[in-house]
Amino acid sequence: MRFMMIVIPKGYETAAPDAVPNAEAVSKMMEYNKSLQQAGVLLALDGLLPPSAGARVSYTDGKATVTDGPFAEAKEVVGGYWIIQVRSREEAIEWAKRAPMRNNEIIEVRQIHEMTDFPEDVRKAAAGFEDLTNVTAAKA
Amino acid sequence: MSDIHRTIEAVWRIESTRLITGIARVIRDVGIAEELAQEALVAALEQWPEEGIPDNPAAWLMTAAKRRAIDQLRRGRMLELKHGEIARELELEQRRLGDALDQSLDQVIDDDVLRLIFIACHPVLAVEGCIALTLRLICGLTTAEIARAFLVPEKTLGQRIFRAKRTLAEAHVRFESPRGEELRRRVETVLSVVYLIFNEGYTATSGGEWMRAALSEEALRLGRMLAQLLPAEPEIHGLLALMELQASRAAARTGPDGAPVLLLEQNRSLWDYAQIQRGMAALERAQGLGGGAGNYAMQAAIAACHARARTASETDWERIVLLYDALLQIRPSPIVALNRAVAVGMAYPAAGLDAVDALANEPGLANYHLLPTVRGDLLIKLGRFAEARKELQRALGMTQNEAEQILLRKKLQMMDEKGF
Repeated sequence: MRFMMIVIPKGYETAAPDAVPNAEAVSKMMEYNKSLQQAGVLLALDGLLPPSAGARVSYTDGKATVTDGPFAEAKEVVGGYWIIQVRSREEAIEWAKRAPMRNNEIIEVRQIHEMTDFPEDVRKAAAGFEDLTNVTAAKA
Repeated sequence: MSDIHRTIEAVWRIESTRLITGIARVIRDVGIAEELAQEALVAALEQWPEEGIPDNPAAWLMTAAKRRAIDQLRRGRMLELKHGEIARELELEQRRLGDALDQSLDQVIDDDVLRLIFIACHPVLAVEGCIALTLRLICGLTTAEIARAFLVPEKTLGQRIFRAKRTLAEAHVRFESPRGEELRRRVETVLSVVYLIFNEGYTATSGGEWMRAALSEEALRLGRMLAQLLPAEPEIHGLLALMELQASRAAARTGPDGAPVLLLEQNRSLWDYAQIQRGMAALERAQGLGGGAGNYAMQAAIAACHARARTASETDWERIVLLYDALLQIRPSPIVALNRAVAVGMAYPAAGLDAVDALANEPGLANYHLLPTVRGDLLIKLGRFAEARKELQRALGMTQNEAEQILLRKKLQMMDEKGF
């Protein structure tokens, strides 16, 4: 099963658009990233620029409104994520506990929906039509 | 199972390989190292529920295992002293190792994990033993879990692991990484074991046995680990690419009724495109390292052709034929030849039929139902329906596999409906 570990760094909601983490923090993080990679559980990871460099597109009555960051009302914002493949929720949490986070920072652990989670009718609706001329040996 | 037990299990899964490799390096016996690591786990299971989970559970386990390793070394030395010459040698070695023990157990070098993988897939072991040991030592699966995945009684699996460990000990297999030519040979063995694990999980996913599906994930994890440990070995990236690309289709491989859905009939929107991307990246890596002509890389390249086609009809069959030609050069096999014939038939049905007919006397395919199946499909394409019907009926009589029978009957029924 796959999990997304979402980093919520303290103070990122008000960070300057060009804010970058310091080299020491990055090198610690790289050590951690490497351990995920060496364990073969890491699928993807990325860091995000602060919200002050981003925008929010909100929808009302079918109309989209764009607000540039920072977002005054936001108390917690996403700073980056890992996607890992592990065997249990506990294992994902165990990995999250090992991340080199600073005081008051948060990692949110969330399981990723799998295609196979979808109900049968949805999958059936998506199924392709059968073609008599398809050749059998080109097997999945 | 209580929360705390689940947490201990999770810690074990993350730490067991490092524990075992760390101890094996000093003890030089994988079997004993695994037992010592297990003992540390048992200690955790006894103490943590009462005392709470320690702040650094990994360090706790390592310390517990270390203490047991030192005891074992001392006990070992006491015994060896009886043997004069050998004992003196061992004593010297152990004194040296004893000094290095603390350090070596605290920081496990990546190479140790690699050594453990090489030992688990050692040529002195039978394939079943390699698979069981790999899952146990590297993936941290329990004997019960491995037994369930391979649908054998736990006792049988336990004996398999026991025999494998004994064989390693009797063969005095050294805890070291092979080099040069030996490394290449051993990598090949390791990769074949990993691919066997993958296929065991992949071919049986329809049964709803999560443990079997989990085997594919374990194989992928092993592949990613290996790619980290030996980044310059192109075939590792080739195998990783092949497994990622095949696994990306998992959700589309069975229909709502649980029946298998063939590649060309799959709903491609169900494919996992992030996984396809990882597969493509691994394939590029293999090719970039000059391994594009490797067995796994070549198979991955064929899988990549399918992955790139947004609809079945966009498949680049000509390229696939070329890749099969190349694959036949390095790994000649009647099955590969038959698959090549299928690819030829997709682009040119008549030429495909010739290619299939050329395989008619291949002894390896004499009882292989896919030969008449493919022939039947090509005859349909060529409008030779009476002959096609005969071939499909022949195939039906040759396969015991229920899913295959259903597919063949469906084809025959569709011919009836269309008045062919």
